[in-house]
Amino acid sequence: MAKQKNYGMVIDTRVCVACSACVYACKSENAVPEGFCRDWVVQETEGAYPRLRMENRSERCQHCANAPCVTYCPTGASHYSDGTVQVNSSRCTGCKACLAACPYDARYVHPDGYVDKCSLCKHRLDEGLDTACASVCPTASLNLVDYNDPEGKAEKMMAGKEVYRQKEHAGTNPSLYWISASNKPGA
Amino acid sequence: MIQGQDLNRRDFLRISSLFLAGSAAMSTPIGRTLSGGGDALAGNGEERIVHSFCEHCFWRCGIAAHVRDGRIYKITGSKHHPLSNGRLCPRGTGGVGQIYDPDRLAHPLIRQKKGGRVSYRKATWDEAIAYTAEKLYGIRETYGPEAIAMLHHGYGYTFFKKMFMAFGVNKFAKPSFDFCCGPRHQGYLLTYGHGAGTPEGVDIVNSKYILFFGTHYGENMHNTAVQEIAEGIRRGLKIVVFDPRFSTLAGKAEKWLPIKPGTDIAMMQALMNVLITEDLYDREFVAGHTVGFDELRDEVEKMTPERAAEITDISADDIREVARTYARYAPAAAVHPGRRTQWYGDGTQRSRSMAILNALVGNYKMPGGVVKYEKYKLPKSETHHYPEFEKKVWSKYPLFVDTKPENSIASHEVIEQTLDEKIKAWLVYGVNVPETITLGRKIALEAINKVDFLVAVDTLPMEVTGYADVVLPECTYLERYDDLDGGRPYRTPFVALRQPAVEPMFDSKPGNQIAKMLAEKLGLHGVLEEDVETYLDRKLKKAGSSLAEVKKTGVLLGKPTDLYRKPGEKLTFKTPSGKIELASSKLREAGFDAVPRYIRHPEPPQGFYRMLTGRKPMLTFGRTANNRFLNELPTARENEVWVNTHVAEKHRLSHGEYVHLKNQAGVVSEYPIKVKVTERIRQDAVYMVHGYGHYFKKLKWAYRKGASHNELISHTEIDKAIGAVGFQNNFVTFIKEA
Repeated sequence: MAKQKNYGMVIDTRVCVACSACVYACKSENAVPEGFCRDWVVQETEGAYPRLRMENRSERCQHCANAPCVTYCPTGASHYSDGTVQVNSSRCTGCKACLAACPYDARYVHPDGYVDKCSLCKHRLDEGLDTACASVCPTASLNLVDYNDPEGKAEKMMAGKEVYRQKEHAGTNPSLYWISASNKPGA
Repeated sequence: MIQGQDLNRRDFLRISSLFLAGSAAMSTPIGRTLSGGGDALAGNGEERIVHSFCEHCFWRCGIAAHVRDGRIYKITGSKHHPLSNGRLCPRGTGGVGQIYDPDRLAHPLIRQKKGGRVSYRKATWDEAIAYTAEKLYGIRETYGPEAIAMLHHGYGYTFFKKMFMAFGVNKFAKPSFDFCCGPRHQGYLLTYGHGAGTPEGVDIVNSKYILFFGTHYGENMHNTAVQEIAEGIRRGLKIVVFDPRFSTLAGKAEKWLPIKPGTDIAMMQALMNVLITEDLYDREFVAGHTVGFDELRDEVEKMTPERAAEITDISADDIREVARTYARYAPAAAVHPGRRTQWYGDGTQRSRSMAILNALVGNYKMPGGVVKYEKYKLPKSETHHYPEFEKKVWSKYPLFVDTKPENSIASHEVIEQTLDEKIKAWLVYGVNVPETITLGRKIALEAINKVDFLVAVDTLPMEVTGYADVVLPECTYLERYDDLDGGRPYRTPFVALRQPAVEPMFDSKPGNQIAKMLAEKLGLHGVLEEDVETYLDRKLKKAGSSLAEVKKTGVLLGKPTDLYRKPGEKLTFKTPSGKIELASSKLREAGFDAVPRYIRHPEPPQGFYRMLTGRKPMLTFGRTANNRFLNELPTARENEVWVNTHVAEKHRLSHGEYVHLKNQAGVVSEYPIKVKVTERIRQDAVYMVHGYGHYFKKLKWAYRKGASHNELISHTEIDKAIGAVGFQNNFVTFIKEA
């Protein structure tokens, strides 16, 4: 039997141009209602003219291994699956405990009354496909990875580079890794 | 008399909402429509994937339209098309917002006067075509075929061109050519004997060091180029960006050099100066494959890094360092030709300067340097006899490009000839004239008021349709066939097919049918006699394939060509000398500088700032302005004016407040614009994205969002060599809201 999947993402901010293709692709793919999104783009600039630094990145649910949303969900709607965090909308009462618990502001209340967020395109993963955002991404900044993959794609991508995870101090053990924009080209 | 005098006063008409799509047939609530259909995940209904190519910009990437229950619910990048490689920019994905735009033109419209009031009435296609044919015929009979012009933008124009050719009309102008790709096309043509290409012939993925002048890839989402830059960075490509603004690309750069606007040629001369004086250029290549080196050396000798530093605001040390690093990485180093290359009226020479910087380091046909892609060789399917008039170029500019079949006159000349009453009728295909950069909005409107007959072919009620005598609603690119995209050289030569993913909505029709109806009504039988599928099939069969075959993947692929030169390979260039012309013989003969010379451009008046422009990654100006799907993101909804922190302090502007802009001629923007206070721009310039500030109410979404850039263009500089329009000598200041 194949080893269990442990999905996540490695996001290379060196190449991201904040074009938002991921946001639109996600909206089409997942029929995200108008006015909401499951992923979003951040462009951060630091410094003073003319010494400026920029990082662009596409953000979404971090699919934490120790997810506060799962811990605090009173109905079991939020749950783990293959290294991702999923929401069973039929079990969700829309109580918003998870919204308060999530350190990444990754969730919203769907107009139909349940809480929604990035599913890492679970319906596509189940068919062996890439996520909608990663497959559209013109710069290949977004990379779907399986940390249990014996070929170690994730490790290879990150080897020798400055890599971080967001809000590690929260103890969430997120599945999203970011290759920092401060890495030199070809690092 | 062609038309009643009273109708010449071309008031801007409101197209009654009765004739638009929104009230007629949008049965699905918009939120649902735009988010791709609520049943997208339900799994009921067969999914059909149609491979075609995009129309959101000229890059024309391959797309896969996913259709369920007769509706396109998403668009992804075609994995078969070499320009998309399965990936797509936001605008491509956003095609669903265009096809299902509730404001779409749904019926042909004819302008009428009744009881002293001018309005539009819904017409049948027969009526609208007959009326248009009658007007065009009358104008040709009275004033001759040169009194008719076509302004076009978009890939469906070819059928109208064919119709007009048979009608004796060949005044065609594509405004984007004038200020965007024209100068660099001609600049490269004069230097290398071939154009810079779309995609540009730069071997980005294998390059180690690329210089960009003002080109903001990343905000400019030319899919393949962005893919290649990203891959280049992964492989170790270092980027240098000369730009008054810290663009997204500057954010990727090893060096951002905030150059003073209007001084690029001085900078390029200084880089040449260092390459030559420090003997860093490729002597062997220059001696063997170029002409005019001595003349170039004499011209750039004076432009020392110290002198250039005073002009450009970039230190002499930085200039030396960039030139030396460039030479060190050469031939795996290049200067990228960029796009929108006409800024100050010296665009051809600026583009030539970039071409020369490439030639000096001998990177031609070298890995990581300048390369020449091959075209897919599609056999000519027709024995088309071109009468002499079809080759005629109407432009008065001596080096107006004659190798681009879509252009026979500069678009601003169409405006001028209309004002001079030489042109009496326009067919406008997808060009929103009032908001398209020709000579600014005011002069464009004067010309519109002057023209006797204006027929607009469009998908949306863009401003120009409000001035038209006849509006012919075309269906979108997702609902039609167009001609094959077969003329473009690339790494993998290709021919691409545009095919309908769904049937035309409402009473709209494909351009090929509209042109055919017009041709028939004009008595030009047989010019477009067959249906488009037969035409495409015949063309593709000559290439050993068929329409049925190409419909499967949307492309016909050739073999990737060998891009690099072999040692000792003889190089030939289609220039008068057969070599790369550092000094251009054609420019000299036409009375222009044979080598690029730096010319000082005007400075902003006290309290004013140079108005720079560009784009956002999810929008293509007018083409996407009303696209609710793409405009849903807050970053897309409006344009902002970027103001340096110190300038904002001086004018007491705060981040997020709205101001009106006033230009040097006293023109005040009709709508206010949001201030973005930022460190990311120089203190002598402001920046705003073009394509906002629409004033047509029927563009329900785009109406009054942001300010119009075109409105603030009161001054233009014409490139006297090729007739392209520069518009960056416009300056604005701020008027705070009371």
